[in-house]
Amino acid sequence: MPAVTETIETVQSVTESGYKWGFETDIEMEFAPKGLSEEIVRFISAKKNEPEWLLEWRLRAFAAWRAMEEPRWAAVKYPPIDYQDFYYYAAPKQKKAPKSLDEVDPELLRTYEKLGIPLREQAILAGVEGAGETPAEGRMPVAVDAVFDSVSVATTFKERLEKEGIIFCSISEAVQNHPELVRKYLGTVVPQGDNFFAALNSAVFTDGSFVYIPKGVRCPMELSTYFRINAKSTGQFERTLIIADEGSYVSYLEGCTAPMRDENQLHAAVVELIALDDATIKYSTVQNWYPGDAEGKGGIYNFVTKRGACRGARSKISWTQVETGSAITWKYPSCILQGEDSVGEFYSVAITNNWQQADTGTKMFHIGPRTRSTIISKGISAGHGQNTYRGLVRIGAKAHGARNFTQCDSLLIGDLCGAHTVPYIENRCLTAKVEHEATTSRIAEDQLFYCRQRGLTEEEAVGLIVNGFCREVLKELPMEFAVEAQKLLQISLEGSVG
Amino acid sequence: MLKIEGLTAEVEGKPILKGIDLEVPTGEVHAIMGPNGSGKSTLSYVLAGREGYEVTGGTVTFNGRDILTMEPEERAAAGLFLAFQYPVELPGVGNATFLRTALNAQRKARGESELDAMQFLKLARERMKVLAMPEDMLKRGVNVGFSGGEKKRNEILQMTLLRPALAILDETDSGLDIDALKIVADGVNAMRGPDFSALVITHYQRLLDYIVPDRVHVLVGGRIVRSGGPELAKELEAQGYAAVQAAA
Repeated sequence: MPAVTETIETVQSVTESGYKWGFETDIEMEFAPKGLSEEIVRFISAKKNEPEWLLEWRLRAFAAWRAMEEPRWAAVKYPPIDYQDFYYYAAPKQKKAPKSLDEVDPELLRTYEKLGIPLREQAILAGVEGAGETPAEGRMPVAVDAVFDSVSVATTFKERLEKEGIIFCSISEAVQNHPELVRKYLGTVVPQGDNFFAALNSAVFTDGSFVYIPKGVRCPMELSTYFRINAKSTGQFERTLIIADEGSYVSYLEGCTAPMRDENQLHAAVVELIALDDATIKYSTVQNWYPGDAEGKGGIYNFVTKRGACRGARSKISWTQVETGSAITWKYPSCILQGEDSVGEFYSVAITNNWQQADTGTKMFHIGPRTRSTIISKGISAGHGQNTYRGLVRIGAKAHGARNFTQCDSLLIGDLCGAHTVPYIENRCLTAKVEHEATTSRIAEDQLFYCRQRGLTEEEAVGLIVNGFCREVLKELPMEFAVEAQKLLQISLEGSVG
Repeated sequence: MLKIEGLTAEVEGKPILKGIDLEVPTGEVHAIMGPNGSGKSTLSYVLAGREGYEVTGGTVTFNGRDILTMEPEERAAAGLFLAFQYPVELPGVGNATFLRTALNAQRKARGESELDAMQFLKLARERMKVLAMPEDMLKRGVNVGFSGGEKKRNEILQMTLLRPALAILDETDSGLDIDALKIVADGVNAMRGPDFSALVITHYQRLLDYIVPDRVHVLVGGRIVRSGGPELAKELEAQGYAAVQAAA
């Protein structure tokens, strides 16, 4: 309930051009030359002081990428991308890697403060102590890995996590300090040649987060990575790898913003999750990349490959995403359900307003017996936005007793937008059960009038109705992120009515 | 005081209200009765400012303010409340969330302090008790899966929480059994006082046995054809609209 009030207050405080994360940080940057070539791949690898095997791995990816064509099957339209016109490496200039937060450029810390991302553990800890058992403002401590353009600038709560044997660091650090784990798992869920954007990422990924939860450990706090694209004409290619060993649990959240720019920027991430026997990974995303302006100028192209492998028996991977940003979203967080009785979940809210386009959904591959999956997708289109749910449920011949339930709901605001549902179901097993439900509705005039008669403005009314529509998904988010997400939904729909 | 002068309005180009003159002094409860299609609901929507109900002439002032130029939510903040004939469902929106958001929106618009969740719940529980509403109705989606009677009671709950200066009850009695009718009437009667006025729109005299009006107006063909005291309602019940209209 406070969330709604807060939502309304937030909306009242923002202006027409609502994107308050659109500022730019003035900081000295180091760039690799524009464009993409084998030299650039070698440059990035050398810059990160990578072992030979990883360079080889990148080069194989680059070779694969060169032989591939950009996918065109998604229901999104955009002008051809000139891949030679991006910087593939941009990093804040720093003499050497910071040992602690005190060594991080204060300008960077200020940037994250402005974004509301707490990098100063002390401040949070002090708040927690001050409030005794109840954390200050109801906030639980959240460990954060902050990625600024191509590099991770800080990771918080590392020591406390290390006590539990948990590794949470940037992937660059993991390559240096835990090469055996990285080598064992990198690319095993999303191979280098998986698709055009994944191959591109594999060749040039610069940073991202790495998480390893040891056997039987329940991660004591939310882990979070915050991505920020700042530099001009820069692509961000982060790579995240999360491994939950037997019987472990982790909840992970990813957030992202970018300055407002007239040109389009490219974001092609790869996320790989691996859950072993009885392990659970909960992965939540609140995607708030700059969506472009009301005329459709600028914004992030978000071409992301996210996939989780439930390798172990009774393992579980749950994706929750709230997609409010980006000019184009191309994203299908998927689950490979190998282990018997493993569970895959996908909860999604995708908003397209103005000229935004989203083609998003999930793939559930049922391989093991009695594997179960749930898909709840809520698409909201406003303005000229186009929203496509694209999903695949594939049930293999050995997935005896597998079950899937899919529900896709679309909400339309205005009459210039579109909602599309493209569900594919492939079932090779007679004992499997697949259910699919889909609805499309509009915010009805009588609903708006009812709310306004009770004193809500039209935008408050839309926010309330939309939040109601998304409730099944929002309740899957960790509490404070749910509050954040509700605010975002409302801001994203600014100006969509009236 | 609500003052309507020469009000004409149309819906989709079709004239519905053809010159309404009506005064409801503060502190009074007036009833509007009339056959189907006479413009009763149109009048309530025009007063509340619903889109598609086009005012083509006349004026409406509420406590001296011209309300026709105001947005629906501004009218609500000015104290105008409409109990809907068909309350609208808002799936996924918790009833408590909705009620508190509405209450605080109005309090804020009036420059009053907002209620926090605990203050609100205390207030809501008190009022629900009076209306014999089970507490779980706070948790359910607004009007979703409510029975007809529950929906109407939910409207009255909103009214008692929002404490409007003028309540328009649009056929609130329709679909209510006698027990629910009494509870609803008690809710309205409890609001009566020098600062509250109401316009009770109804088809039948039955409701007026419980909410006794100060004045009764008969609306036929978009015009008020007769006005009188509470006894007029009884006359209508006995003789029907045609006779009353003919006598006018």
